[in-house]
Amino acid sequence: MTALGTYVKVWLALIALTGLTVTAAGLHLGSLSVLAAILIASVKSSLVLSFFMNLRSEERVFKVMLGVAMATMAVIMLLTFVDVWYR
Amino acid sequence: MSDAALGAVAREHEHHDATGAKIGMWLFLFTEFLLFGGLFLLYAVYRTKFPADFHFAATTLDVRLGTVNTAILLTSSLTMVLSVAAHERDNRKLSTAFLALTMLLGLAFLVNKYFEWSTKIDHGLFPGAAELATHAPGEKLFYGLYYAMTGLHGLHVLIGIAVMAFVLPVAARRPRRRVRLGTQSASRLALTAEAGGELWAETPEDAVDEIEVSFLYEHNEELAKRDRIVVENTGLYWHLVDIVWIFLFPLFYLIT
Repeated sequence: MTALGTYVKVWLALIALTGLTVTAAGLHLGSLSVLAAILIASVKSSLVLSFFMNLRSEERVFKVMLGVAMATMAVIMLLTFVDVWYR
Repeated sequence: MSDAALGAVAREHEHHDATGAKIGMWLFLFTEFLLFGGLFLLYAVYRTKFPADFHFAATTLDVRLGTVNTAILLTSSLTMVLSVAAHERDNRKLSTAFLALTMLLGLAFLVNKYFEWSTKIDHGLFPGAAELATHAPGEKLFYGLYYAMTGLHGLHVLIGIAVMAFVLPVAARRPRRRVRLGTQSASRLALTAEAGGELWAETPEDAVDEIEVSFLYEHNEELAKRDRIVVENTGLYWHLVDIVWIFLFPLFYLIT
């Protein structure tokens, strides 16, 4: 059983990262700002996935399934962008 | 009926597979992931084609409202996980309370969304509006994607709230095992009533073919698990809705 304090800490981290992403957007980092936004969103979702959705103490099969789904999405995105860039 | 026979009847109603139920939920979540993934892909492609229009259109969105809604949804994920944790600790009252709080936060998110959309629509910024027709092509695409993606997400929030309404009584109930016992028709059946007296079927018409006995288990882990997986799967769905918003928020509100 995960301690209740852990969930509260994860929530605090998520709120702090939301503050960070809003602040970073105000800094006008140019092309880096998109990268920063996606990076922060990825960290936030991994926190939700591993703690709130309990993936970190789940059986291996759940992690493999998530990996397959993400790899599928990555391939679709990559192939689409190859078309967009080199058309 | 002997104890052994009673046990056999009880077990056949008891079969459940928590891991299987969870795998099923995750598989469903992956289809959701690919559904939203396709829309994010569309967004990414059009954004690379019309970067300036997208940046300009994004300035019209209310960052403050978006940030507040992000905080609301993140907090609702916390109350959801606390509801699951309370159920795990056999505190069904607290679990139900947190689930109800999650529903309220979801509603608050939708109320904000309603005001946000209303403002946009009042300004003529919606697909098909005469005002939007005068804007640059990239802006039209931005608003089209904005309504489609936040709309689909809002629909998921609404469905989540509806699911939670059904799950509330499941989270609240104590584990209970129902057993059906067959009786010989027209036989005299004696039941000990709560007060200690006996109830008799006096005439053949009063006799029953089957009686259902419900045993209440205050602390039966096996039976509690059956309800817990329902609460857990509701949580998984709600957290996915949260993750989608985690990406929607910066991509629509913060790219100015």
